[in-house]
Amino acid sequence: MYDASKIVAGLAVFVVLATSPLWYNALSAASPEAPELQKPTNGSTECVEATDYMRANHMDLLDQWRDTVVRDDIRTYTSKAGKDYTMSLSDTCLDCHPKKEQFCDACHTYSAVTPYCWDCHVIPEEGQ
Amino acid sequence: MLEKALSGSRAYWSWIFALLLVIGGGVACWFWQFNEGLTITGLSRDVVWGFYIAQFTFLVGVAASAVMVVLPYYLHDYKAFGKMTILGEFLAIPAVIMCMTFIFVDMGMPNRIVNVFLYPTTHSMMFWDTVALGGYLVLNIIISHWTLSSERREEPPPKWLKPIILLSIPWAVSIHTVTAFLYAGLSARPFWMTAVLAPRFLASAFAAGPAILLLLAFFVRRISTFDPGKQAIDTLAKIVTYAMTVNVFFVLMELFTALYSDIPEHVLHFQFLFMGLEGENTLAPWMWASSILAIVALIILINPKTRGNYGWLKFGCVAVVASLWIDKGLGMVIAGFVPNPLGKVVHYWPTAPELMISFAIYAVGALILTGLYKIALEVRGQLKTN
Amino acid sequence: MKSSRRGFLKFAGLSAVGVAGSTAVATRTKASEEHEPPVTEGKRLALVVDLRKFSKDDALLDKITAACHDAHNVPDFADDPKNEVKWIWTEDFETAFHEQEFHYIREDLKGKATLLLCNHCGNPPCTRVCPTQATWKRASDGVVMMDWHRCIGCRYCVVACPYGSRSFNWKDPRKAPNLAKIENTFPTRMRGVVEKCTFCDERLARGQQPACVEACDNGEMVFGDLNDPESEIRQQLADHLTIRRKPGLGTQPEVYYIVEDPRTLQEVAPAAEVFEEEGGHA
Repeated sequence: MYDASKIVAGLAVFVVLATSPLWYNALSAASPEAPELQKPTNGSTECVEATDYMRANHMDLLDQWRDTVVRDDIRTYTSKAGKDYTMSLSDTCLDCHPKKEQFCDACHTYSAVTPYCWDCHVIPEEGQ
Repeated sequence: MLEKALSGSRAYWSWIFALLLVIGGGVACWFWQFNEGLTITGLSRDVVWGFYIAQFTFLVGVAASAVMVVLPYYLHDYKAFGKMTILGEFLAIPAVIMCMTFIFVDMGMPNRIVNVFLYPTTHSMMFWDTVALGGYLVLNIIISHWTLSSERREEPPPKWLKPIILLSIPWAVSIHTVTAFLYAGLSARPFWMTAVLAPRFLASAFAAGPAILLLLAFFVRRISTFDPGKQAIDTLAKIVTYAMTVNVFFVLMELFTALYSDIPEHVLHFQFLFMGLEGENTLAPWMWASSILAIVALIILINPKTRGNYGWLKFGCVAVVASLWIDKGLGMVIAGFVPNPLGKVVHYWPTAPELMISFAIYAVGALILTGLYKIALEVRGQLKTN
Repeated sequence: MKSSRRGFLKFAGLSAVGVAGSTAVATRTKASEEHEPPVTEGKRLALVVDLRKFSKDDALLDKITAACHDAHNVPDFADDPKNEVKWIWTEDFETAFHEQEFHYIREDLKGKATLLLCNHCGNPPCTRVCPTQATWKRASDGVVMMDWHRCIGCRYCVVACPYGSRSFNWKDPRKAPNLAKIENTFPTRMRGVVEKCTFCDERLARGQQPACVEACDNGEMVFGDLNDPESEIRQQLADHLTIRRKPGLGTQPEVYYIVEDPRTLQEVAPAAEVFEEEGGHA
């Protein structure tokens, strides 16, 4: 191989940089805590769907709600349990989970996800 | 073959570096625009399309003009254009890329641009324009790659390439027709509601594009041993002449129907362009310059003595490009919006950031053009070693 | 070369016919359910604006436009006209109907403030041009809707609208002073999308009238279903002379303006006159 030393050196630098998230986190002093979601404050004990389902699928559910309300003008959702809900992020979801920072942001910040719902949708009672 | 663009003289790299500087400035402005919104442009509630879309409209014409060398050579065996076709295709590719980039920077939500493909809408001319431009880019890349690599191997191009080349001919016409269709079917904009818009677009494209190609061919002739040949230059000059004549004729036709009918919604837009309305006359000197340049160009080009003199010919080509750039790249789009649907006169002029982003996109096109022409010349072994 | 040239010309001719034909077919065919609304199925919502009932009373006009803009968190860039966003506004009568080229006009119509908004056309050019169907005409009731999640901000619909009804968000609407604090949960839009009146589709879903209609005192605006022959709006159209904006373009605008002489008003007189007569009760 021509320039073997330069190539191997370059490869080594690349591998170090490419795997940096892994070894940086492994070597960091504090391990981050799992996010803790604030429980509903209005006494409600059940969500639109089961917690595990919501954890895995809330993004798809919200997309489905979005298209059904805006494009089909259908505003009532019947959950798997047969209960009816109004499909609204601000009015239904935030009714039980009013504090975005302690609910939505807790997991989103942890996993570096930035959905831009709140650029448009309004958080009730706080104005913005 | 791409590696041939990565080696060059001092002059070559200085040029590349200068282009990269301009591009860097434009990219920075674009990020500012992406965060702040298109408010940093001169656009407003009434003039919603301006400099970006006008550049796109002009460049679609330049992209389509490759057909003016491809058609004679591949369809009519006009051997004189044999060496020119690659230059035409290598002009079309950056032109189409610039078109797409100008549209991209004009979008309010560029991150959603895939929606055009996720939700195809066959009744929207914008959907078809996207398909047409994308297809044309792919066609030109395939054609130029295989013809050039075959030339390098000193073999004839593969047989399957011929139908693809022939397809590019009506496709070139269609990209500018569908772009005209963006404008020409809108009842809201009487200035554009003319059957002659698509023919006019094509005529001005087939004048401006080959004129640019001629100027590029002269430049390439200066820096390399490449010589298109007297016949190729003369024929291309004739094509520019005829196309420009037809374009000016079409403009006169539009002026006749607007001014003779005296219908306000037609007259007012021309009045705005050439004389100004209610004090709004920024475009008037530009439009008169465009008209004078067109006449000067025609005088130079129609007269065989000046058309045959390369000094005069170059000047004529510059006049053609300048005149038609003003016509499409400034006049046509803006005048569609003034007066607005409520009859009010509104102002538009591009802002500095808008112009910076536009210069950067032209620099991107120049960069791609430089690289491609470098490759073509290297393949032909014609680049003059300093 | 000769035979392939012939072949090519045949091929080109056929393609030209094919392209022209399929374009014609494609523009007529429903690419999506939402493009061409059936005329008899579902509702056909429309609005009648009774110009006789609007005096030079700015307060009512402001109340109507504010009702809409407040309900929908429309940004007020009053000090920044380049970025203006408006769903409903007033122009004087001669401007609203400038295609009429008025030189002489009945006295009461001279300079009369006329409410303008999206006409929710029966044959909308805006929905025809949208490349993503982010705007479409609803088959169920004829509302020309907006999907702000899908809009790519190309502004083709703004270009295509003959009435200037649409606004683009040149910047983040929440930067407008009036949106520093938002009172309701109706979403704002973000920078980069086009917006306009949607006949208050969120209120229609709750069985309510549009906000502008509710803000009226005295039947200045009548909203209803043209497909219902018994509706009040059909009665209005049967009883009164109305005009629409630029009907000759074939857009079938569904906002009608009563332009009869105000002296034909038999019923309750405009609020200002009543105020004078009864000393304070409207």
